[in-house]
Amino acid sequence: MTKKVVITSKNVDFLKKVIELSAQPITRCDQCGVCSGSCPMVNEMDITPSQLMRMVQLGQEEVLGSKAMWLCASCYTCTVRCPRGLDVSKVAEALRQITLRKAIDYIDIKKIPKGEIKKLPQIALVGAFRKFTG
Amino acid sequence: MRIPYYPGCTLKTNAKNFEVSAIESAKILGIELVELPRWNCCGTVFSLTSDDLMHHVAPIRNLIRVQEMNEDGFVKDEYRLLVLCSMCYNTLKRANLRVKENPDDLKKINDFMYLEKEGYEGNVEIIHLLSLLKDLGFDKVKEKVKKPLEDLKIAPYYGCMLLRPKEVGIDDAEEPTIQEELLSSLGANIIDSPYKKVCCGSYQTVQDKNIVADLTYNILTHAQKEGAEAITTSCPLCAFNLDNRQEEVKKKHPDFKKIPVFYFTQLMALAFGLDKSFCRFDLNYINPEPLLRKKKLLEG
Repeated sequence: MTKKVVITSKNVDFLKKVIELSAQPITRCDQCGVCSGSCPMVNEMDITPSQLMRMVQLGQEEVLGSKAMWLCASCYTCTVRCPRGLDVSKVAEALRQITLRKAIDYIDIKKIPKGEIKKLPQIALVGAFRKFTG
Repeated sequence: MRIPYYPGCTLKTNAKNFEVSAIESAKILGIELVELPRWNCCGTVFSLTSDDLMHHVAPIRNLIRVQEMNEDGFVKDEYRLLVLCSMCYNTLKRANLRVKENPDDLKKINDFMYLEKEGYEGNVEIIHLLSLLKDLGFDKVKEKVKKPLEDLKIAPYYGCMLLRPKEVGIDDAEEPTIQEELLSSLGANIIDSPYKKVCCGSYQTVQDKNIVADLTYNILTHAQKEGAEAITTSCPLCAFNLDNRQEEVKKKHPDFKKIPVFYFTQLMALAFGLDKSFCRFDLNYINPEPLLRKKKLLEG
């Protein structure tokens, strides 16, 4: 099945922005799928890490609506295995940052149940606030 | 040997059992952990975007304290900073690496250090306790064992932050053995599990504990299938997800059998014959004492 994709200057600008923030030569990804096969979170994701990379390559800004970029916990399994030497975790971070810098948070701190906050160690809370809020 | 030591937030609260067992076990080996004066939060997670220098100010500020400790005579010509928490280790080490490799970044970060007497000079080395023990020699550790952990079947768990990315990993990213070497020197039976370096879900535990419950279920049951009776870790966040979250695992997977999770230093303290007050098993969520009594490693 073929799908026609038209690349506009808007797409190119989005790709350039992600390349700049992640400092990764994203166009080098050849879609081998090693990242998706290695990702411990892939079962929970709406799109796989390799699909995420492909969407960024094509400059598709809709990728910012994905759950996958928030589920990446920067465990770096994909990065140590990528045959093209790409740091996929940095690409996911760039996508999160593009959203967070518009003052759009992923979690509402006020909605975390008080009982949970008491149980959770600081390391979990600080980590989550750093990654999910701007 | 007196070495500067960075505790981080969680070792002073939830993971007090990690800190006290590490400090006391290190003493037995002739290593004195000297707490960094006025240490501050490392930031927990390392900022990954190319333009974000602001979040590296906090970790780098801690490295200035190491310089001060040397100048003030707390330690003598010791520029290694010892870290126990895997996440602090990873964040401090990567921030240090970034400024060492990018002098311009260091210059910019030092511009924000106007409250300090001096800027960071790039001369500190971040070292994890496991690496220090390896340098010292595990045979030296073995010499101090009074109560070998015979018959105790332990599956070491590494998680992410000790191993990845490769530039900061304390061991091979795919086939680590450093915990195995330490635990063998303590006399334990090592159980290998393919899930020993698979992420526990980290801070996702705040927004969706079900994800963590599934990951923890896989990590623990695979170790149990190989015969493990307990797990070891070096990360207070992994410890929370693997230990405390067993409640959620049990709710989701009724077939699951609970299993104790130790900090590797608690087993060192136990094997060195240290007082129970230095092991603080009371702070572990799943009580490990019945297992240790069964193995005749604890009395009573």
